[in-house]
Amino acid sequence: MIVFEKPKALTDAPLHYCPGCTHGIIHRLVAEAIDELGIIGKTVGVAPVGCSVMAYDYFACDMVEAAHGRAPAVATGLKRCMPENIIFTYQGDGDLASIGMAETVHAATRNENITIIFVNNAIYGMTGGQMAPTSLPGQVTQTSPYGRDVTTAGYPIRVSEMLSTLEGPEYIERVAVNNVKNVRAAKKAILKAFRNQVEGKGFSLIEVVSTCPTNWGMTPSKALEWVETNMIPYYPLGVYKDKTAIAENEGKEG
Amino acid sequence: MLTQILIAGFGGQGVLFAGKFIAYKGLFEGKEVSWLPSYGPEMRGGTANCSVILSDDPVGSPIVSAPDVLMAMNLPSLDKYEDACVPGAKIIIDSTLIERKVKRDDVDAYYIPATKLANDAGIPTLANMIMVGKMIREAGCISFDEMESALAKVVSAKRANLLEVNLRALQMGYNYEA
Amino acid sequence: MAEKVLMKGNEAIAEAAIKAGCMHYFGYPITPQTEIAAYMAKRMPKIGGTFLQAESEVAAINMVYGVAGAGFRVMTSSSSPGVSLKQEGISYIAGADLPALIVNVQRGGPGLGGIQPSQSDYFQATKGGGHGDYRLIVLAPASVQEMADLTVRAFDLSDKYRVPAMLLADGTLGQMMEPVEIPEPDVTPVEKPWAVNGTKGQRQHNIVNSLYLKPDQLEKTNFERFERYKQIEENEVMVESFMMEDAEYCIVAFGIAARISKNAVIAARKKGIKVGLIRPITLWPFPTDTIARAAEQVRGFLSVELSMGQMIEDVKLASSCKKPVLLCNRAGGMIPSPEEVLAKLDELIQL
Repeated sequence: MIVFEKPKALTDAPLHYCPGCTHGIIHRLVAEAIDELGIIGKTVGVAPVGCSVMAYDYFACDMVEAAHGRAPAVATGLKRCMPENIIFTYQGDGDLASIGMAETVHAATRNENITIIFVNNAIYGMTGGQMAPTSLPGQVTQTSPYGRDVTTAGYPIRVSEMLSTLEGPEYIERVAVNNVKNVRAAKKAILKAFRNQVEGKGFSLIEVVSTCPTNWGMTPSKALEWVETNMIPYYPLGVYKDKTAIAENEGKEG
Repeated sequence: MLTQILIAGFGGQGVLFAGKFIAYKGLFEGKEVSWLPSYGPEMRGGTANCSVILSDDPVGSPIVSAPDVLMAMNLPSLDKYEDACVPGAKIIIDSTLIERKVKRDDVDAYYIPATKLANDAGIPTLANMIMVGKMIREAGCISFDEMESALAKVVSAKRANLLEVNLRALQMGYNYEA
Repeated sequence: MAEKVLMKGNEAIAEAAIKAGCMHYFGYPITPQTEIAAYMAKRMPKIGGTFLQAESEVAAINMVYGVAGAGFRVMTSSSSPGVSLKQEGISYIAGADLPALIVNVQRGGPGLGGIQPSQSDYFQATKGGGHGDYRLIVLAPASVQEMADLTVRAFDLSDKYRVPAMLLADGTLGQMMEPVEIPEPDVTPVEKPWAVNGTKGQRQHNIVNSLYLKPDQLEKTNFERFERYKQIEENEVMVESFMMEDAEYCIVAFGIAARISKNAVIAARKKGIKVGLIRPITLWPFPTDTIARAAEQVRGFLSVELSMGQMIEDVKLASSCKKPVLLCNRAGGMIPSPEEVLAKLDELIQL
């Protein structure tokens, strides 16, 4: 009896991620969503620049490697010429919220019918731990060695809150993968984000609060605790926008 | 035969439209033609001009820097381009808007109160085509027949009712006697 | 034969692209090429294609990258400052071996420069432009008809070699109207088994990518790509020679500068000066052999350019500096007159 197996949407390539990194969990949740919806044959994923740059080797669907921050623009191109295909991007905080902020905001405001998985671990991982747009006030990184000073480096950007002010996007939710309960909620959100696209509803972004034990300088279990004690208080979990739910509620009230 | 025409005036006077008509008329007469507008910020409220070249041979440079024919629809245009004209050039002047005469004595100047004629005839936007009519009369670079087919190319199909008034403006200019 | 219509060069590019089967356009407004975007905005929705005004040039070229990866004909257009912004994406498109068309209707630079015509992006277009070892197929139209014809040609070459193509025009050619017969090319789609359009459960996943973390693999990929570049250099050079049979002097010019130079050649011939014109139509591959042969025949070259002198370096290289090469140039949006070309030609003769 098989009790646990690898999703079909993942290849056999061994992941290169650091011990305790949550990218592996998030990859799996994405792959499970693709499997459950039966869409692997028509899915095209867009990998970012950052730790998940080689996601194109891990997902078994067709993949494109984008320039840093440009994944939503690349996904826009793919979706516009292949509206029947399922297009997703998988991006980190530097990619999505710093260099690619314009592409993110405009894809959202156009309500491009794509799915974005946004992994927020408050640091630049691949380049060795520099300050990210989402690094917390006072957070020590290689480029904020005395702690993020908000008077010179500004404040962390709350992407989900910001995007939810736009008319365009269909669905925006922030989840975390620091414990089993949160992983289950994350799974549900990611599945919904893909299903929304299948149903033609439009732009869905799931922000996943994640860890970076290596660059945070913590053990994996400490890092998971730090998510609970430091990250989630600044980045509260929950649904920030759900146009369909709002419309249904209005229908009930009306 | 090579005729280099420069049409110049304010933005909104129909300078580009007039040029396009002349270019189409030339094309229908079997000539090689080019049309080049000025572009950029100067188009918006400032001066507008366009270069039209009619030639028996393929057109080389599309830029008219020494006009054989100048249609001046306002004073700044005459001031700017009078000296650039070749000796013997034909200069057509809207005398409603330009009070002075040409300074040179080696060019042929033709004065026509195009704006006034257009206003009096109830077609105030068509001074440009009155000027074109006069230009055809004096410069002779295109013939004054079968105007409708060229007009049909520049007047959009949705506004086909404007064909007739354009034709009338051309005739007014062509038949104008000072 | 189809009826000739008067069309702006920019519009001719747009219509020819549609006729060539390009159903997807991404752009951002910039003078003097905006008519291309406006034309596409009008036409694409009516034929079921895509027009999208992107948030930036950077986004536009990356949308092009996406569509090109999916295997469809796709284009973007801009003018000099905007094309600088696109260089990142162009490098990625070249590195991922994708076909696409980039149109540059040049204006004066550097910086914001001006909006009047220029040819000062010659280096950027022909030597790479972005980072890394790569080439674009660069086509230089000199008439509105060629704006249309070379657009079709650019799509064909780009598909054939999986090399992005650039149409390098200028503000004059973009803005001017001339009679044009819009081509009706055969648009049988090229097989693109590498495209990322969904595995449909029929094949292993395709990956569109320019990342090679192992240097030996990147080196191998680059060497293979340059083998293709060699084929292009051998097979795809386009050049016009005008009155070169008995020429003692040779003007080299492309695009709008070549039209002006042609007038100068005709005028010089009337004065008994035996001068001809070589007009590169492909700027890369450059017509090196044609120039090299001319170097055996003529006493000197005159490179006529709307820049501070860029193509002149290729003329010197191609002629192995066997004969003097002078520059006749205007810059910043100014255009040389045939008289200026003739004056410079006199200088060459006096040498």
